[in-house]
Amino acid sequence: MEKPFAITLDVGSSLANHTGAWRVERPVYVDLTPPCAHACPAMEDPQKWLYAAEDGSYEQAWRTLVEANPFPAIMGRVCYHPCETACNRSFLDEAVGINAVERFLGDHAIEQGWALPVPATTTGRRVLVVGAGPTGLSAAYQLRRLGHEVTVRDTSPLPGGMMRYGIPAYRLPRDVLDAEIARIVATGVRLELSTRVDDMTAALAEGFDAVFVAVGAQIGKRAYVPAAEAARIVDAVSLLHDVAQGDPPLLGRRVVVYGGGNTAVDAARTAKRLGASESVIVYRRTRDRMPAHDSEMAEAIEEGVVVKWLSTVAHADAGHLRVERMELDETGFPQPTGEFEDLEADSLVLALGQETDLSLLDGVSDLTLTNGSVEVDSSFMTGHPGIFAGGDAVPAQRTVTVGVGHGAKAARAIDAWLRATALVEPDEAPLAEYAALNTWYYADAPHAVRPRLEAARRTTGFEEVVQGLDAETAAYEARRCMSCGNCFECDNCYGVCPDNAVIKLGTGKRFEIDYDYCKGCGICAAECPSGSILMVPETR
Amino acid sequence: MSSTGVKFYQVGSFAVGNRLLDPELRSAQSEQGRANSLTSGHRACQGCGEALGARYVLDAAMRAAQGRMVTVNATGCLEVFSTPYPETSWRVAWLHSLFGNAPAVATGVAAGLRATGKDDVRVVAQGGDGATVDIGFACLSGMFERNDDVLYICYDNGGYMNTGVQRSGATPPAARTTTTQAVGDEPGNVFGQGKDVPRIAVAHEIPYVATATVADLRDLEAKVDKAMGMHGARYLHVLVPCPLGWGSASKDTVKIARLATESGHFPVFEAERGEVTSVRKIRHQVPVEEYLTLQGRYKHLFSPVRRDDVIDRLQAMADRNIARYGLVEEVL
Ligand SMILES: Cc1cc2nc3c(=O)[nH]c(=O)nc-3n(C[C@H](O)[C@H](O)[C@H](O)COP(=O)(O)OP(=O)(O)OC[C@H]3O[C@@H](n4cnc5c(N)ncnc54)[C@H](O)[C@@H]3O)c2cc1C
Ligand SMILES: Cc1ncc(C[n+]2csc(CCOP(=O)(O)OP(=O)(O)O)c2C)c(N)n1
Ligand code: SF4
Ligand code: SF4
Ligand code: SF4
Ligand SMILES: [Mg+2]
Repeated sequence: MEKPFAITLDVGSSLANHTGAWRVERPVYVDLTPPCAHACPAMEDPQKWLYAAEDGSYEQAWRTLVEANPFPAIMGRVCYHPCETACNRSFLDEAVGINAVERFLGDHAIEQGWALPVPATTTGRRVLVVGAGPTGLSAAYQLRRLGHEVTVRDTSPLPGGMMRYGIPAYRLPRDVLDAEIARIVATGVRLELSTRVDDMTAALAEGFDAVFVAVGAQIGKRAYVPAAEAARIVDAVSLLHDVAQGDPPLLGRRVVVYGGGNTAVDAARTAKRLGASESVIVYRRTRDRMPAHDSEMAEAIEEGVVVKWLSTVAHADAGHLRVERMELDETGFPQPTGEFEDLEADSLVLALGQETDLSLLDGVSDLTLTNGSVEVDSSFMTGHPGIFAGGDAVPAQRTVTVGVGHGAKAARAIDAWLRATALVEPDEAPLAEYAALNTWYYADAPHAVRPRLEAARRTTGFEEVVQGLDAETAAYEARRCMSCGNCFECDNCYGVCPDNAVIKLGTGKRFEIDYDYCKGCGICAAECPSGSILMVPETR
Repeated sequence: MSSTGVKFYQVGSFAVGNRLLDPELRSAQSEQGRANSLTSGHRACQGCGEALGARYVLDAAMRAAQGRMVTVNATGCLEVFSTPYPETSWRVAWLHSLFGNAPAVATGVAAGLRATGKDDVRVVAQGGDGATVDIGFACLSGMFERNDDVLYICYDNGGYMNTGVQRSGATPPAARTTTTQAVGDEPGNVFGQGKDVPRIAVAHEIPYVATATVADLRDLEAKVDKAMGMHGARYLHVLVPCPLGWGSASKDTVKIARLATESGHFPVFEAERGEVTSVRKIRHQVPVEEYLTLQGRYKHLFSPVRRDDVIDRLQAMADRNIARYGLVEEVL
């Protein structure tokens, strides 16, 4: 071709020039563990389902959630949400209201009648689950998903364990509980109610390949309180159990609850609802040392429950109690002062913790019992091969969420055991630290949601106290999630690269680095809001 | 900020993209099929703000002009790193003449297009701060005065970077360049000289003048869109950090631009026909020191001895910008 004057070469594109050769560090996309997921005892990954909820894909969000936990509507009411305590957004303004969104999804699923997946194949292996509390039901659900035949036996006439016979209805309405349990039963779990398992050896002889013991901690602890014959003393677990069965005991007008945990608070609030004009909690330490959850304490006080801090019950009589004032020593331990006071009380409710009845394991070999709980290894197997245990019956924090997590983990371990394979749990990816985020990019969204959450809190007698979010507020709250350590396709890396070295693969497919041209400047990593790009030394 | 009005969607309008936005509200940079006016393989330094800024601006202009556009480029890094003979990184119709005459060449191109009846083809001219505020200034002022139908973009990296970081009329006071060394009582560039060309452009009362940075893409694109929707002389002054000349880490290019605006050091505003019509408010105000410490060109203000006197003067300049443009939201 004839070239113009002084032109000797054909025009070419700079694409021929592979500037990637300049690089000393390369960007790589990573998926880290968000702190919320790290903190969730039920192994939920809130970032994943919040992401789906952000654009209103509620069914997808719910389906992702229930892979880990079949009880979102229950969780959204009773979980103490350690995810929110860990949430990175709390360093920016306020934690994402993960639990409130979870509840919304759970309630929405019940309204829509969404069903849990039914297993495609069956393995023909049979597992017995003892106890239809959250731990047992979670295990049953997961074992069923893995294709096993599951039978759940429970002493009580209705399933749910402490979710039904402990947690009061004003915090967890029974229609919600029933709906989420029915969904599990519908996957083909066989539920045998009013059936106590007394003898594990006999049960095993029925042909079960493995057993999961999830019997909880049913017995209220009795501490020694010097008391006159005529004093009326009940324990909190029995009280709540009887109320749940529609057979409330007579407590009288003035009720004193002794203890400082959540059960004490529930007992005191229940006493109020049964008509007590005075409901007083007597607790040995101060409020900041009280194990009861702050929000529940606040609700109790709003409802007129009174607390006598730094006090113990020294003696119980008919109609009145003698209370001793305590003082905290340097180590924070309460010490008696010898100063006494009289308190009028028609009854005394003891809320001093629960113990496990493990008599069903009598005669089973190779078990280790510690402080009334049965010891298990990291795969939730007891010392006896094929007998697994979890939830309140093993030494751990006693919450519904921990129970659900135990059930799910134990199900995986039982499955591996039945298949005679080793259980390989994938290593958790490194934690997405707050410092690795570029929070500039998150719109300021702290307080708008608060008043609506606050306004949703209303005391309505025996009805549920805390109300749910509407769809709009739930989506708004979901959108506050910063997607810590997980790409949420904000296009920032694609935009900020001065070398067009980030390839956008399309919605849902994320991005790829074009190492032919990436010079390794690191802007993409620095400007990634969610901290999902790492710069690593080039190894060439 | 001219890019608000976006409902709160996790990242609002701060990030490049947002999967929850209506497609027509999305940025040009987030599009899979964006023009990529300046393509890969160019020889700009790692983390070059000018390369980034040029693609941001021209991709938005290309979208607005639906590809019917001619670009005129002054000499400078932007020209040298993109067109070593016989290669080019440009995927736009592109013309280079001299260091000092880009505005005049653009005027000629616009006149030529009009004369040949192609007045749907738009003209964009671009150059560095040296080309714009110093050597090409007479041509620029003439283009403004005649109200020629050209959008002129100045990529301000505060110096003659292409030839080895010499001072320009846009180099900020106290900054070290190779011709304003960090020596003597008043180290670095002097105070009181230099030109504020955005304000000078406003004084020409042309249809549109705006400033922007590579740290706020949505704002920048909105301004390009607005300018492309108008005719006559228009001027856009974009702050583009230069890792080489500023002695900064390549990864900090966008961050430094952000701190320039958040400290008030670089005011971001729009003006039409001589009047300031909008300003981009500071979102999280920072002391100017946060901006300075990331840059080697200000290192002499912090070591071997800290020069509070000089830092205070720079802070006073930022405060003056804040007062002049009302950059800080009034707390009612
Ligand atoms: C008043 C109260 C309030 C609480 N509030 C909360 C809260 O708000 N949030 C939270 O996370 N946690 C709360 N908890 C704790 C939580 O309820 C328990 O940690 C959780 O229910 C434990 O689950 P689990 O399945 O291990 O045991 P359980 O829920 O106790 O269930 C065990 C089941 O096993 C059955 N069973 C026992 N022995 C046998 C047997 N031999 N044969 C057959 N069946 C048997 C029982 O009938 C029961 O149904 C509360 C507890 C109480 C008491
Ligand atoms: C008349 C003339 N004088 C000097 C030069 C050398 N020269 C080329 S680019 C340049 C500086 C460019 O500075 P600026 O416009 O700020 O662009 P930057 O390289 O900083 O992007 C100089 C001095 C030239 N090309 N022509
Ligand atoms: S911001 Fe989102 S991903 Fe990060 S911890 Fe909170 S809920 Fe989890
Ligand atoms: S911004 Fe571009 S050039 Fe820089 S490290 Fe990332 S991909 Fe590479
Ligand atoms: S010297 Fe500065 S403006 Fe020139 S290519 Fe390098 S970083 Fe970009
Ligand atoms: Mg320059």
